[in-house]
Amino acid sequence: MGKPKLKEHIINRDWCKGCGICIHFCPKSVLELDEQDKAVAVRPEDCICCRLCELRCPDLAIEVETEEPKDEAGNKEAGSKN
Amino acid sequence: MAVKDYIRKRFFPHMWCPGCGHGIVLNALLRAVEQLGMSKNEIVMVSGIGCSSRISGYVDFHTLHTIHGRALAFATGVKLSRPELNLIVPMGDGDALSIGGNHFIHAARRNIDITAIVMNNRIYGMTGGQYSPLSGYGTLATTAPYKNIDHDFDVVDLSVAAGASFVARSTTYHVRHLADIIKDAVLHEGFSVVEVLSQCPTYFGRKNKMGGAAEMMELFKKNTTPIGSKAKKENPELTERGIFVRNEIPEYCSEYDKIIEKAGGQIKERL
Repeated sequence: MGKPKLKEHIINRDWCKGCGICIHFCPKSVLELDEQDKAVAVRPEDCICCRLCELRCPDLAIEVETEEPKDEAGNKEAGSKN
Repeated sequence: MAVKDYIRKRFFPHMWCPGCGHGIVLNALLRAVEQLGMSKNEIVMVSGIGCSSRISGYVDFHTLHTIHGRALAFATGVKLSRPELNLIVPMGDGDALSIGGNHFIHAARRNIDITAIVMNNRIYGMTGGQYSPLSGYGTLATTAPYKNIDHDFDVVDLSVAAGASFVARSTTYHVRHLADIIKDAVLHEGFSVVEVLSQCPTYFGRKNKMGGAAEMMELFKKNTTPIGSKAKKENPELTERGIFVRNEIPEYCSEYDKIIEKAGGQIKERL
């Protein structure tokens, strides 16, 4: 399988209520609240794709999308999302 | 199926307050169902009244939003008529143990195959923060401004004593553990109780000066420990989490089928 590689954080701004749970528990401090009190990924390069933000979000507002990992032959493995 | 395929997106954003633990329970429940690979048509969710019970509106299963405390009675009816379906009954602490206290203990005693999820936020949130049977001695609530002098139930002890054949506890901090426990509870044949310690930052947290949602979840991390851990022996004040009871005892619907057979009746063909 290898390490998952981040594609992007999909944050639903209409659903996010700015409770800050994702920000508080992110082990790499990737997320912050913006001036409208919505979560944004300000340091996506530090993300280790642990998905704790996604699992703990009470509003189902954040999704960590990862690149499909490649096997040794370089072929894409079956979908890894969610 | 992706997690989002199990929800009714038209009702989102949901009505729970920012940081409400019930949203995390919904999140974990959806992941449990997804990991079990169940279809939406195999699940019936029956709920009563309260913040927690609003969860049945957000999931795209067969859902029944019933009356306060009586969700287990409705669920019993559904299960007896369609035993092949999986029944999940999410309840708040007041809904389950005060208004629905009798339904709760008797459903446990019968060992009917229903999964009861007690979303314990220790308060009646929807009606304005009145103390519940799980608030606990010494806590503050809008109806206990000087302090609450009622002692609380221990949901796990109560369920075990009432005869539930699967009893477990988790928290909204331990999300992966919570999803695993819900999976085990759904798969268990018999009455399953999962107590989830959930945060109400709006009423319980604010009244008791526990900080915001994240700080309350830190308390779940600090104040709980796996069953039988060394930490529990050193500090008996800690709340244990994990699976307390998992017994194989005859399930109510299958026993009922035997009675029908004995009386010379025809067991309805399962769909």
